Amino acid sequence: MTFRARHLLGIEHLHPTEITTLLDLADKYADQTRNGTVDKTVLAGMTQINMFFENSTRTQASFEIAGKRLGADVMNMAMQASSIKKGETLIDTALTLNAMHPDLLVVRHPNSGAVDLLAQKVNGAVLNAGDGRHEHPTQALLDALTIRRAKGRLHRLSIAICGDIAHSRVARSNIMLLGKMENRVRLIGPPTLMPSGIGEFGVEVFDNMEEGLKDVDVVMMLRLQKERMDGGFIPSEREYFHRYGLDAAKLAHAKPDAIVMHPGPMNRGVEIDGNIADDINRSVIQTQVEMGVAVRMAAMDLLAQNLRASRQAEVMA
Amino acid sequence: MTDIIFTNARLIDPVGQTDSLGALRIRDGLIAAVYEDPTPDVAGTIINCAGNCLAPGIVDIGVKVSEPGERHKESFRSAGRAAAAGGVTTIVTRPDTLPAIDTPETLEFVARRAATDAPVRVLPMAALTKDRAGREMTEIGFLQDAGAVAFTDCDRVVTGTKVFSRALTYAKSLDALVIAHVQDPNLSDGAAVTSGKFASLRGLPGVSPMAERMALDRDIALLEMTGARYHADQITTARALPALERAKRNGLKITAGVGVHHLTLNEMDVADYRTFFKLKPPLRSEDDRIAVVQAVADGLIDVISSMHTPQDEESKRLPFEEAASGAVGLETLLPAALRLYHAEMITLPRLFAALSLNPSRLLGLDTGRLREGHPADLVWFDPDAPFQLDRATLKSKSKNTPFDGARMQGVVLGTWVGGALVGGDV
Repeated sequence: MTFRARHLLGIEHLHPTEITTLLDLADKYADQTRNGTVDKTVLAGMTQINMFFENSTRTQASFEIAGKRLGADVMNMAMQASSIKKGETLIDTALTLNAMHPDLLVVRHPNSGAVDLLAQKVNGAVLNAGDGRHEHPTQALLDALTIRRAKGRLHRLSIAICGDIAHSRVARSNIMLLGKMENRVRLIGPPTLMPSGIGEFGVEVFDNMEEGLKDVDVVMMLRLQKERMDGGFIPSEREYFHRYGLDAAKLAHAKPDAIVMHPGPMNRGVEIDGNIADDINRSVIQTQVEMGVAVRMAAMDLLAQNLRASRQAEVMA
Repeated sequence: MTDIIFTNARLIDPVGQTDSLGALRIRDGLIAAVYEDPTPDVAGTIINCAGNCLAPGIVDIGVKVSEPGERHKESFRSAGRAAAAGGVTTIVTRPDTLPAIDTPETLEFVARRAATDAPVRVLPMAALTKDRAGREMTEIGFLQDAGAVAFTDCDRVVTGTKVFSRALTYAKSLDALVIAHVQDPNLSDGAAVTSGKFASLRGLPGVSPMAERMALDRDIALLEMTGARYHADQITTARALPALERAKRNGLKITAGVGVHHLTLNEMDVADYRTFFKLKPPLRSEDDRIAVVQAVADGLIDVISSMHTPQDEESKRLPFEEAASGAVGLETLLPAALRLYHAEMITLPRLFAALSLNPSRLLGLDTGRLREGHPADLVWFDPDAPFQLDRATLKSKSKNTPFDGARMQGVVLGTWVGGALVGGDV
């Protein structure tokens, strides 16, 4: 087993074997959770702090449950309500928290790179729960696990990611992960929502859903933020749904057994038709949520192992 | 005062574009004679240059000294010492202070502080519009009388074309030089890096390099209208170069500069959100960098400057988007520029045309020349001596250099301003 990272800041710096190691462990945790056989002592004695500088219910709850299932002491800090308002800098907040000796720090921040910056200043292991438009590694890992369980493999699949790629950290992490595992990645969306230089990412880019979805194994929809809907990036919500919303007619271009994914929360009738989202034969959206907890359990377990090992090495030295 | 004779000097003459061994004599603050013989038989104090370079001192346009307002970042004393250590004999200061230098009174304050504290020559620039707000022009005439050598709103673009065209027209009547930042402010709004693969990979908001050409195109049209004397502070993209070339060919009074960081670094250097590499305009692609270096070598871009911008640790230790822009550069300007020489992309006389002669000419100064009768503003340096930069050793109060830990070549051995030694260990 190999997983050497000290922090989980992004997919970019993970090796494919590290990804596989993490997914294997998460797979085990998913089964154990279903059977009720999870070992509650894995993170016993570890303190996990969830620092969310940006609103989140689902991700925060997922990390909290993951920590608690493995026996960690979990604390949530709503950072928007606290020191930031008082003008404290990110570094000072990090140093203050560090003095309390947390073992696992789960951080979400609205600025790209902010979690990297914080990780440089603390002794514990940092998990990036989303930084700006940069990365959201646990989301990509839970998507990967969901795909692997549904398709039986995580390579040589054709996967379409659709919607607001430009502002999506989920898309970035997924492009990197799926690329590293040797899949064909297609991006579909209006050109105003495509990041610059996307042609150099080793992906195929489409601005037409029918063409882009042709014969894909997996359809990943992205959430369209409300603030992008009015004229700035796309003309209107209804035109967007007409051209890029996933409905049965568009999905018919994908393989008959293609699965449909969405990181949530969904805008029904904007990027996805409610009937598709609820179709138990196609939609794996609920499985994604379930795998989210398992992947976060695995990530924290592996980082905690590395943390214990490095502390032991320090004691020896 | 006895003469000083520099013997065995590798004389870098940007006027004659020569690089040859010789000697040089100074008297009463001026260059008294230049000799082809490296050891002429004349009386005076001898400084044996031992084959190292002797060049006209650097004239650095666009230095931010944070007085008034933010003296903890940089003062005239610290900036002056940094300049002397870096071979910069004239600093041309920016008016983007707190408050902005937009009245003769604030300009006089700056001139007074500079005269008592800085060991090098300090020439102040003044704001083009009041409070650099782009609405009303400053008292260009009074400011000129008080010593302002150029007028600029620094990194703020005068968006109103009517305001800018009037300011240019008025400046023309006084033959005042206007320096502008060329970056379309709307397109570049909120950007932290140049758009492209790197920006997308890092999830940072980017601006298309086209924003530079758009702003330059607009300004060129206004120059055709007004005939003013104009300098673009930093041309950093390949796409802006043909427009610049055409404007020059059409006889407009236009010149252009570039910061040394854009000649020696590219966008990839930002790596994992290193905020010391956050500049304005942002660092560009490698293709742009090469094109701009070539433009300096060809003489299309006239001036290289440090764009010295001191920032304290607090304003840099933030998430990349929120961190302040700019880097200090007075002490690293020469060794950074010498990277282009060592890469065989530019000759030393060419380099010193851009560092010393052209900025002097642009501002109507008689410095920047290794010729008899001109001021003895000189820099003596070993172009090859290697060192590793430790930012703690910088004389600037702010240490925000992108070259911390970098291996560089080129050590200043001595800096003279008006014949007086101000830096180095001679």
